[in-house]
Amino acid sequence: MIENLNILIFEIYKIFLLIIPILTAVAMIVWLDRRVWAFVQKRRGPNVVGPFGLFQSIADALKYIFKEIIIPASANKIIFILAPIVTMTLALIAWAVIPFSEEIVLANINVGILYLFAVSSLGVYGIIMGGWASNSKYPFLGAIRSAAQMVSYEVSIGVIIINVLLCVGSLNLTDIVLAQKNLWFIVPLFPMFVIFFISALAETNRPPFDLPEAEAELVAGYQTEYSGMMYAMFWLGEYANILLMCSLGSILFLGGWLSPIDIYPFTIVPAPLWLIIKILLLFILFSLVKAIVPRYRYDQLMKLGWKIFLPLSLTWVVLTASYLFYFNLLPVN
Amino acid sequence: MIIHSIFFYIFSIIAVFSAIMVTISRNTVHSVFFLILDFITISCLFIMIGAEFIGMIMLIVYVGAVAVLFLFVVMMLNVSKQKNEWLGGEKNSNHIPIGLLISGVIFFELIIVIGGWKYKPELFKTFSSIGIDLNSTNTHEIGKVLYTDYIHLFQLSGMVLLVAMIGAIVLTFRQREGIKKQSYFRQISRERNEGVELTDPKKNEGVKIDV
Repeated sequence: MIENLNILIFEIYKIFLLIIPILTAVAMIVWLDRRVWAFVQKRRGPNVVGPFGLFQSIADALKYIFKEIIIPASANKIIFILAPIVTMTLALIAWAVIPFSEEIVLANINVGILYLFAVSSLGVYGIIMGGWASNSKYPFLGAIRSAAQMVSYEVSIGVIIINVLLCVGSLNLTDIVLAQKNLWFIVPLFPMFVIFFISALAETNRPPFDLPEAEAELVAGYQTEYSGMMYAMFWLGEYANILLMCSLGSILFLGGWLSPIDIYPFTIVPAPLWLIIKILLLFILFSLVKAIVPRYRYDQLMKLGWKIFLPLSLTWVVLTASYLFYFNLLPVN
Repeated sequence: MIIHSIFFYIFSIIAVFSAIMVTISRNTVHSVFFLILDFITISCLFIMIGAEFIGMIMLIVYVGAVAVLFLFVVMMLNVSKQKNEWLGGEKNSNHIPIGLLISGVIFFELIIVIGGWKYKPELFKTFSSIGIDLNSTNTHEIGKVLYTDYIHLFQLSGMVLLVAMIGAIVLTFRQREGIKKQSYFRQISRERNEGVELTDPKKNEGVKIDV
């Protein structure tokens, strides 16, 4: 019993060791997002609080903590409060399976990629619950839009993941990274990487696909009625999800923690640092897209998802499978 | 082992409780949320017995897709206005006997299957000729069975789903006339000299525009 307790305490210690850096990273990434955005538009961005404005997010978080939480009288209280909690929790639990190096991973489970996919597909519930429980027009419209959008783009992300899995032969994330030791999957599967990136933008409700919270039409979409810390939790969950998508992209296509070339100056950089660099690169791409692309129309969004991405990625599955089969490259164990 | 059984009982209690709440909660949207909770706990139970593939597929398919559609329909049709009141309501519902009958039949079937499995384990081997390799992951094992012995059934179920999908599209498809559609190709390939036209309108007649 004592031994079990020790294991339990050690596990909780490891979880905290993972969660605290992620929450800090989310706060920093918000700052980075705003800075990149400002840089593209020739503004300064947040530069007042702390060196280079680095403490801006912390100041914002403090402000949110001290604001009053307003619950609308006609809202469904339990679900209204649950919604941001669900969003935040789902954004954080997914990190349990992300491998930062061959040894540094909280849970090295057999079906890691399915776990990530399942958790990201559950993310839609936070939004639907928030939109419905607010009992108001704009949040509800935002929630409906978001549900349709996330469900459609999940399909193509799933098919893209199948492409990668065909080349790996395992659902374990560590195996997926190790299979890219010689060649990162971005090289043979480049079109899939592009589609994955665009679908990830849609999946995380980022511009140009931020229709659920299109401020010109829907005030703030599903977050309209939220205030104070509950709004901040939605916001943190959203950014944690974006980071998660970036890390999923770097694990699937950019070789995870592997260094680009296996020679001396690159090999002394510790493995987790490579993963962080790749995540940051993808994230900067996310922010650049936000700054330079106008918002899509809703029917265009649906058309892109169902009529272009889905057939394209399905065709690519057939192509990959045939190629691997014909050249006898299928991973068999 | 003790911790294992503690978790098993926690999950089972949540599963049974939420299954009951699906039928007795008065708000339909709450019912759907309890159904989702039930799906999640069931997939936790699957993972606990080591069937992590089925657990995850359960999460992805049922919670990630099917329940979202349920929720969608319930919210869109505003069914939440119709209170579900067979328990504690004034008038008795006449669906209860049928429901009880069906659940009784399902319970009886489960008893037969699990009883056979428990008391005649050799019966199980006559159905499947494939030995299970305990060292390989259950994803691999399911793949081996599904794509060899049961490939025809697997393809057939895919065909059934395809037919159902096409049927649903055909049933709801309406050809609407007289609506203006946007063609991206035409929008992008529009030139300046096509877009602007100079006319010389006569007095009291104007210009007729047909776009």
